[in-house]
Amino acid sequence: MAIVKPKVDAVIVGLGWTGAIMAKELTDAGLTVVALERGPDRDTQPDFAYPRVVDELEGSIHRKFLQSLAKETITARHGIKDTAVPYRQMGSFKPGTGVGGAGTHWSGCHFRALREDFNLRSNLRQRYGAKFIPENMSIADFPLSYEDLEPHFDHFEHVCGTSGKAGVLNGVKIPGGNPFEGSRSREFPLPPNRDYLGAELFYKAARERGYNPYPIPASNASAPYVNPYGCQMGPCNFCGFCSDYGCLNYSKASPNVSILPVLRLRKAFELRAHAQVLKVNLDGASSRATGVTYLDAEGKETEQPADLVLLCAFSLFNVHLMLLSGIGKPYDPVAGSGSVGRNYSYQNLNRVTLFFDEKVQANGFIGIGGGGATFDDLNGNQLDNAKAGFIGGGVIWARQPGSGPIRGITTAPGVPNWGSAWKQGVKDAFRHSFYYEVQGACMSYRSNYLDLDPTYRDAFGRPLLRMTFDWDANEIRASQFLVGKALDLCKVLNPRALSGDAKKSGEHYNITRYQSTHTCGGAIMGADPKTSALNRYLQSWDVPNVFAPGANAFPQNNGYNPTGMVGALTYWAAKAIREQYLKSPGALVHA
Amino acid sequence: MSDDEAPSPSRRKLFKSLSLVPIAAVAIAGCARETDKPAGADRHAGDYHPAFFNAAEWAFIVAACERLIPPDDVGPSASQAGVPEFIDRHMQTPYASGDIWYMQGPFIEAAPQFGYQGRLPVRDILRVGIKGIDAHCAKQFAKTFAQLGTGDQESVLKSAEAGKLPLENISAKEFFSQLLNETRMGYFCDPKHGGNKHMAAWKMIGYPGMRADYANWVGVRDRPYPLAPVDLAGKRG
Repeated sequence: MAIVKPKVDAVIVGLGWTGAIMAKELTDAGLTVVALERGPDRDTQPDFAYPRVVDELEGSIHRKFLQSLAKETITARHGIKDTAVPYRQMGSFKPGTGVGGAGTHWSGCHFRALREDFNLRSNLRQRYGAKFIPENMSIADFPLSYEDLEPHFDHFEHVCGTSGKAGVLNGVKIPGGNPFEGSRSREFPLPPNRDYLGAELFYKAARERGYNPYPIPASNASAPYVNPYGCQMGPCNFCGFCSDYGCLNYSKASPNVSILPVLRLRKAFELRAHAQVLKVNLDGASSRATGVTYLDAEGKETEQPADLVLLCAFSLFNVHLMLLSGIGKPYDPVAGSGSVGRNYSYQNLNRVTLFFDEKVQANGFIGIGGGGATFDDLNGNQLDNAKAGFIGGGVIWARQPGSGPIRGITTAPGVPNWGSAWKQGVKDAFRHSFYYEVQGACMSYRSNYLDLDPTYRDAFGRPLLRMTFDWDANEIRASQFLVGKALDLCKVLNPRALSGDAKKSGEHYNITRYQSTHTCGGAIMGADPKTSALNRYLQSWDVPNVFAPGANAFPQNNGYNPTGMVGALTYWAAKAIREQYLKSPGALVHA
Repeated sequence: MSDDEAPSPSRRKLFKSLSLVPIAAVAIAGCARETDKPAGADRHAGDYHPAFFNAAEWAFIVAACERLIPPDDVGPSASQAGVPEFIDRHMQTPYASGDIWYMQGPFIEAAPQFGYQGRLPVRDILRVGIKGIDAHCAKQFAKTFAQLGTGDQESVLKSAEAGKLPLENISAKEFFSQLLNETRMGYFCDPKHGGNKHMAAWKMIGYPGMRADYANWVGVRDRPYPLAPVDLAGKRG
């Protein structure tokens, strides 16, 4: 028989960014909160302490800080008639585990969505007519505006000590920032980081091509900083171990550095690590959650009753838990019915690498996850989609999170994979090359979705989440267009060699190659309960004491990294819980 | 420039601003210590006695790695860098027994975009693949792979890479890809894992290793980064 714990006001599943934000906000509101984290507890000291943390073999091959697929993974297939097979080895995306979640091993790129990203469908209809949007494309407006989220974007940036330069401040354009961004109510908490060579040259090339480059907003501190919670950050030292690694230096914002130091001291907050949540328990009518069932560190089945259940796992696993628990109706792509699993989208990432001779000191080992430069001239309303021939824009950027030889050295075209010529090739490339990337939006489609796999099970006996996803011709055209622009940009710099990886017509999604951890959708927010799992406050339409903040809520993905948006949405949802829900528990939106 | 000149001032400044004593102490101790050589750092590949591979497998690994990363003027060869030792040790880690891979069946064939779908973890992919290649060589040359001349060894590896060797129980392409990955890891890993002896592969490409502090070199454009590598044990290369 299951152990039953004393009831709490709120139980949080997963202690990454969204879980930490919710725990902070709800304990601020006087609630008792238990956070259940499937992985271990982690903190800068001892888990990310130098020198042990910078072992490339442990970090990037053994994936010490990431989720073990042996316990939980997904299955994948390209089309609805295919048989899905498991994601057996980590490749395309890298969910985290442990306290801090993916918020420990992220890079730090911290964007706000553009104003026009919020009303994508109606904006396209207005610009090009209703027929411009293909029938199979299921994109939707977010059920809230940039202005609704602005205070929360701003607050999250100040929690993270984001380094950057405003382009539009209180409606006034100011030089040095992104002239196309939504208006900010405050300047960034810290000035931009210094530029490595690749970023410096990016400004030169972008300006020469007539673009408007600006510093990528980076939650990698450019100076000492104390956030509104009193948590301290130190300036980034460009150590080169951002992506895949926890920060050794208190420089990269993370739940561990930016929020948990406060939470850990609170009596109303309890963290239980190694607590694997199996499902959300519902009452007989499936209209109310009564708590969650989890396996404790010893594997004992334990029930945690709670008035509020906050699904704060990685986006894919929020959807998984909703499907396993019977929260909302599963999406059926043939009938077009149901809401949970709908609108899975991804990120259209492509890379171009520039190779120079030995006089050019690119030093890719010098790294800062979020630092660098980008421009928005091919994103949002700046891009004429009718002329470009696809929907959804993207950014081209210089980023250098830090390279090491175990993480791989990209060699110039024509260099073989082994032998003396390979040795010469890696020697020539390692210090004297850098890359720019295209990060394109990814639209949502009727046939790209998530459901439960009929065959494969996780280590706890539950069906795996099944991902049905392939590239649509729209994203392939976007890739070719944007990579073309990136290659053209690179020519300004006259490299000795240049390589690019635009997607080829008909190319299928390859899950073995790392592209991006920006898996989005599946439990999206919307205005209509028939086509969305969550309302505008990230509250389940079907079980109103369940909220599911995360990138799962995005109806489609834009050209930016999701974390800024995810954090802002979570603060927005927390505010609604505090100011509306707690006064009168129940549905916050009546459809 | 001596090792102590460049990174230290920025570190000191940094830690002063942070006032985080524990990590600072660890970092400085880790960087400055020159004693505590990792065990086996000075051994040659020939002195190492494999604990995972049997004699035939070991002969294959030593020979194949030496073709993938041969001796030349560019940098150390695989055996000079201790790659076979690394692989033998690496095969004994949880990673190589499939610790972080999803290993449950059914195991069905799928397009290459879905990755390796067989039931072998890395250590067995290598073992089964070695056996398969040696069997192929016995049939074609009446020799083991290790007994072949370097030219024949190269053509066998090229056929494996291209997926043109029909091996029993394993895709030659999958085997080759894992072997090449392991070889590169052994070449470039921190010496504590058994490969990259004397940090020679890092020196070849100009990687400063585990210094992890470049605050004072971000803006330097006119000269190469001057410092030799350090490893996790704090040893300088």
